[in-house]
Amino acid sequence: MTHHPAGLSGDWIDIGATDDVPREGARVVRTPCGEVAVFRTAAGDLHALDNRCPHRGGPLAEGIVHGHSVTCPLHNWVFDLRTGKAQGADEGCVRTMPLKIEGGRLYLAVGALRAAVAA
Amino acid sequence: MPERLVVIGNGMAAGRAIEELIARAPGRYAIEIFGAEPRVNYNRILLSPVLAGEKRYEDILIHDDAWYAENGIRLHKGREVVHVDRSRKRVVAADGTVAEYDRLLIATGSSPFIVPVPGSTLKGVVTFRDLDDVGAMVAAAKGGGRAVVVGGGLLGLEAAAGLRAQGMQVTVLHLMPTLMERQLDTAAGYLLEQAVAARGVTVVTRANTQAILAREEGGEERVAAVRLDDGREIPADIVVMAVGIRPNATLAKAIGLEVNRGVLVDDFMATSDPDILAVGECVEHRGLCYGLVAPLYEMAKVAAARLSGDPAAAYTGSVTSTKLKVTGIDLFSAGDFAEGRDREEIVLRDAGRSVYKRLVIQQDRLVGAVLYGDTADGAWFFDLLKTGASVADLRETLIFGQGFAGGTPLDPTAAVAALPDEAEICGCNGVCKGKIIAAIGEKGLTTLDGVRAHTKASASCGSCTGLVEKLIVATVGDAYTAKTVAPVCGCTELGHGEVRRLILAKDLKSIPAVMQELGWKSSGGCVKCRPALNYYLLAARPGEYVDDAQSRFVNERLHANIQKDGTYSVVPRMWGGVTSAKELRAIADVVDKFEVPMVKCTGGQRIDLLGIRKEDLPAVWRDLNAAGMVSGHAYGKALRTVKTCVGSEWCRFGTQDSTGLGIRLEKYLWGSWTPAKVKLAVSGCPRNCAEATCKDIGIVCVDSGYEIHIGGAAGLDIKGTVVLTKVAGDGEAVALVTAVLQLYREQGYYLERIYKWLARVGLDVIRAQTVDDLANRRALVERFELSQSFAQVDPWEERVSGAGAVPFRPMADLSVLEAAQ
Repeated sequence: MTHHPAGLSGDWIDIGATDDVPREGARVVRTPCGEVAVFRTAAGDLHALDNRCPHRGGPLAEGIVHGHSVTCPLHNWVFDLRTGKAQGADEGCVRTMPLKIEGGRLYLAVGALRAAVAA
Repeated sequence: MPERLVVIGNGMAAGRAIEELIARAPGRYAIEIFGAEPRVNYNRILLSPVLAGEKRYEDILIHDDAWYAENGIRLHKGREVVHVDRSRKRVVAADGTVAEYDRLLIATGSSPFIVPVPGSTLKGVVTFRDLDDVGAMVAAAKGGGRAVVVGGGLLGLEAAAGLRAQGMQVTVLHLMPTLMERQLDTAAGYLLEQAVAARGVTVVTRANTQAILAREEGGEERVAAVRLDDGREIPADIVVMAVGIRPNATLAKAIGLEVNRGVLVDDFMATSDPDILAVGECVEHRGLCYGLVAPLYEMAKVAAARLSGDPAAAYTGSVTSTKLKVTGIDLFSAGDFAEGRDREEIVLRDAGRSVYKRLVIQQDRLVGAVLYGDTADGAWFFDLLKTGASVADLRETLIFGQGFAGGTPLDPTAAVAALPDEAEICGCNGVCKGKIIAAIGEKGLTTLDGVRAHTKASASCGSCTGLVEKLIVATVGDAYTAKTVAPVCGCTELGHGEVRRLILAKDLKSIPAVMQELGWKSSGGCVKCRPALNYYLLAARPGEYVDDAQSRFVNERLHANIQKDGTYSVVPRMWGGVTSAKELRAIADVVDKFEVPMVKCTGGQRIDLLGIRKEDLPAVWRDLNAAGMVSGHAYGKALRTVKTCVGSEWCRFGTQDSTGLGIRLEKYLWGSWTPAKVKLAVSGCPRNCAEATCKDIGIVCVDSGYEIHIGGAAGLDIKGTVVLTKVAGDGEAVALVTAVLQLYREQGYYLERIYKWLARVGLDVIRAQTVDDLANRRALVERFELSQSFAQVDPWEERVSGAGAVPFRPMADLSVLEAAQ
């Protein structure tokens, strides 16, 4: 167990306020299984995905967010934030993570992170 | 000796008649044209889009100066003919110019009708008839202000929409209870009123103008308000009279020709003097005067045929149709709507879609048609109307249009394919389907421009463009080459140039406003259009538009270059490529402190620090700022570097202080955003050690001054520069470089480098605007300086001080927790 009340032992872990994530932008969370990018669309929807493009490992959090998609900053692959699937002619998928929004706070599912570490 | 033909008037009717005449009988006449307007022949129907800012004067030219020259026509611009001596067969212009004729063609057009109320001659009361009127309206709109349009017909509504697009508060005064009451019933008039109101125009019906009130300004009286007969006063900075036109037959009457409402002509367009013909809006034929373009063109054709000696051609009158040219409102009207005992109406109303259709039928023949909201069947109804075909069998489904007429609905292309060959496609130019298909076949046409060039179909008001495109598809299938303008991206059909123009014309202020107003197809744009729109708005409204960081590529958001591993490279500015021990020490310290893995010299005479982590960026910048260095913008669509050689200060061949000039240019130009990256260089002599002749803008110093080069590149494409001009002084060199850069900032398409812009617009255009026209050069420099007053801010310092808050650190770090577990 950790001294922190929101350690990886609970079901959900607090990662910050929803307002920390800019609209049409993203923030990064460092985890034991690599970085997770938390996106916020223009409509206000929030999505958590691996911060790693399956093409050449680009940091998706730095991409331009448009509609419910993000375009990777390295070579312009486009991913649907809801499914993690590559759009258009490109084939590939980014892992999506369960994200809980409660009282203006954001929570990642610990189970999903554990599974990711084990994977 | 060719016969002498003199033409009075240089409008659309005259232009068309001459064009037809030259095609039929080249060289038969020595032609002289007198035009009261100080310009060439242009497309008057398209004044509305010019007023709305959707088109420019150049876009609506019909005949340019070269056309007159090529055809050996003498054009007297701005010379109004005041007298014709019929016995000696000569015309006299106001300035005393005299021309002798064998045949005379009168095409004096029409004059706008001005409601004769007190104050109607005040300054600020204008009509909507020619380019000068549009100029007056656009000038009035510059200061915002209020406009009152008298008359709620086609012309008035187009004027109102245009003035609104120019940013004025607009009120339309209409005498009758509903708009366009001749064509629309009250409910449809209301629909139209709603649509006009939704565009921000106030409509006042039952408005009887009693007087135009004046105020004094600078010692002269000008318009202040319009007073209605019920006592209401509507403030106005400009009043547009758009209640109608009447034939301009003053001259014809004065010289003794037979005149009624207009100049009387027979079926051969001859006046009461057989040597004098008349065409266009100034004539009266079989008791009718026309104010639309199609009849004028038909008359022009007959007049040309007669002048070329064809005895068969005759004009028997026209059935006319018209469309409202207000973007976003579809209204088509044709024929006659007067009520009559033997007339019946079929009306379709679909309030949900705001669609209204009204057909007037007399003895099983269609005599009138109004379509509002859905005008797709306009051509079909117009064809039924003109041919006078019986609609008895179609009657039950007639109102649903052509799709229903054959029993099964047709797709739009098939519907066009099903039209008979005589069906008129282009009303303005009287081009029927058969003629277009013939031209496509004979000339092997596959593009809209090709069809326009050969048949003139859709070349005037353009509202039949869709029909013509479908006809090309129906004829040549997949060979049709659709767009000549490449759209910005998949989110829109519009090209970069159109988007830039519409942002200015519609006064759009934000990316969502652009997407909404210009009908973007996606919900939030895409990675191609968002950065482009952000730049266009920034360039259009310096100091006012708030930059949208989320619409910028990561490099411009983080002011560093992203690398393949997600780290960044940082390049501090070194003015003109000159550095110092102090700067180098600070750079060395940063390299040690942040364990920068690679330090490299760039091609633009800078030092590049590679492999810096995102969260270290602010600290790196702080240290570089402390040594006096600012961002080098090595990452941006912006002024990058000014490369220099050592010039006359050190070099034995140097002719001028190229280093000093380079530093001066860089300190003046840095911080400006541009359509694509911009690299400069200044070489001190023609040996060109700074490689100025492959830069976007380069200066090569020579003994006698400075050669200004533009349009070089050494990347994907290798391009040598072209010489824009040569100047004697360094101050003029800086001004020219600035003017070129600003012109590029205003005209360039996003990601279009200067060499591509140069290829697109042509060196002559750039030279005319920056070298030849000194006032324009000054204006460009002033606009650049205005922009710089907001743009020349070091983004590094801004971020370090906490402004433009982009979070550089992760929002949470869970790896620490894991370790503690």
